[in-house]
Amino acid sequence: MIETTSTRGTPESTLRNEENARPAGAVTPRVNIAVDDTRQSRAITSVKAQVENLNFYYGQNRALKNLSIPIADKQVTALIGPSGCGKSTFLRCFNRMHDLQPDTRYEGSITLHPDNINLVGAGIDPIEVRMRIGMVFQKPNPFPKTIFENVAYGLRLRGVRNRATLAEEVEKALRGAALWDEVKDRLQDSALALSGGQMQRLCIARALATTPEILLFDEPTSALDPIATAKIEELISTLRDQVTVLIVTHNMQQAARVSDYTAFMYLGELIEFDEAAKIFTNPSKKATEDYITGRYG
Amino acid sequence: MATANVPDYLHPDSIRTGLSRRKMLDQVFVIVGLVLMFACLGVLAVLFMNLVLDGSERFGWDFFTNFPSRRAERAGILGAWVGTSLIMLVTAFCAVPVGVAAAIYLEEYAPKNWFTAIIEINVTNLAGVPSIVYGLLALGLFVYQFGLGQSIAAAGLTLALLILPIVIVATRESIRAVPKSIREAAYGLGATRWEVTKDHVLPYSTGGILTGMILGLSRAIGETAPIITIGALSFIAFLPSSPITSEFPFISFQWLNDPFTAMPIQMFNWVSRPDQAFQANAAAAGAILLGMTLLMNAVAIWIRYRFRKKINW
Repeated sequence: MIETTSTRGTPESTLRNEENARPAGAVTPRVNIAVDDTRQSRAITSVKAQVENLNFYYGQNRALKNLSIPIADKQVTALIGPSGCGKSTFLRCFNRMHDLQPDTRYEGSITLHPDNINLVGAGIDPIEVRMRIGMVFQKPNPFPKTIFENVAYGLRLRGVRNRATLAEEVEKALRGAALWDEVKDRLQDSALALSGGQMQRLCIARALATTPEILLFDEPTSALDPIATAKIEELISTLRDQVTVLIVTHNMQQAARVSDYTAFMYLGELIEFDEAAKIFTNPSKKATEDYITGRYG
Repeated sequence: MATANVPDYLHPDSIRTGLSRRKMLDQVFVIVGLVLMFACLGVLAVLFMNLVLDGSERFGWDFFTNFPSRRAERAGILGAWVGTSLIMLVTAFCAVPVGVAAAIYLEEYAPKNWFTAIIEINVTNLAGVPSIVYGLLALGLFVYQFGLGQSIAAAGLTLALLILPIVIVATRESIRAVPKSIREAAYGLGATRWEVTKDHVLPYSTGGILTGMILGLSRAIGETAPIITIGALSFIAFLPSSPITSEFPFISFQWLNDPFTAMPIQMFNWVSRPDQAFQANAAAAGAILLGMTLLMNAVAIWIRYRFRKKINW
């Protein structure tokens, strides 16, 4: 406990020092990031997953410190924070990606509702977790197979052999990822022939094909141009109707545009979690405000 | 005021003189490189031409279909090339599955600890063990201990041991070339380690694995010392038994137990004869052996090219 409180003090105290260094009388600028105002303020009505006192260790190094946040069902939750703050590490706890590395350890719990299983508990198979929670990575990573086989792979892993079912599900997933019209005539072409933005949407389709309960996005647009980025963002906004989305981004405008709830992390700790509208217009912590106004990051 | 402070080495004139000297050095290196490269290729070309010219009178259909004979002009390499082909078959069948499996284990499954580190170092070291040592090992182990005798099976297994490190190292290289992001994509969809290996890692590294296999075999095809050690016959006037028989079950593995000779041994035998006429036979056999090796390497390059074109990360 003592360790926790002392580390929790770190980010704010550093920031405060920075603050002191500024000339006296400097006016703190108001946050001016556009937030979609049509989204009404809403308390979380239904929780898809509850993170409770989550700690994560790489060997002796404690990378995540006592994180606790609710993940709202069928909403977009964004994780923001400067590089190295642990947002990707946090995201990868949800599908147990860390288990692929030796010498990693979780403490605490991520309870997945409605069946109340602890995603990071010892009792659950990480492969089961990954079959229920999909992920889209930073760099588009389609398999060097056909477009069809990329989307069908998750279904094949789940034992689907029926060609008609496969074709139907692949079409559904590609439509869901707003890619169907662009690729319907060349499903048998190599996925590597697609553009970067199309590849990333293919990866989204690949994850959607198996109807995940939560879809994780790890900075999905950081390798894309602005137009492709806009398409992905629009897609994420529409996905909220069918799946719970958790997205890591270091682009604050993006977080403001797509998320319903936003968590700001710094040095492995959760600094603030709130509705996106609140975080980006009236954050309650100084550190959050400094970050989103671009004072550091 | 600022220009006055520019040191001499930043002055345009000194930049130009410095640059022309550096560019000249660049040119010198290109020329040295080209000369050395052509020297290497030249030696090989001269060697090959020499063999071809010396053996020119022997080339012909008969050379491939005749057994060795006391008369040089009637002596051929039938026993030798059939023996070599069968040995390569056994070698490939043994070395490739074992080598690929070992490489997959080391890359994908083995935990990183001192034990696997020792294994890795030793695999690399094995590639440097003199081939005669493999011959001695095989003589004791395969020929006497396992009672395989002086057979095609014993020779194939010996050469398989010899090329195992090559296959393992090449396979590991090409497995390592599969990006981590592809593995993560498959794991992220819920694949097990074996599914990731069989659906992704192996298919995407097939090019490199085949290349390693062919390079290994082209090393094995010319090996003489180990198969002399295990006792290849140098004069053989019969073929191993046919793998296809007229009686049920139509397939026979008797050939594995048959004595054999191989191309390099036939060549060695001819070279060591006092009769000058046999030198032509040796040269012709050498040219054919070299040709087989070059052909295998060409196939390896072609395969690599094909796979590179299909998959580029």
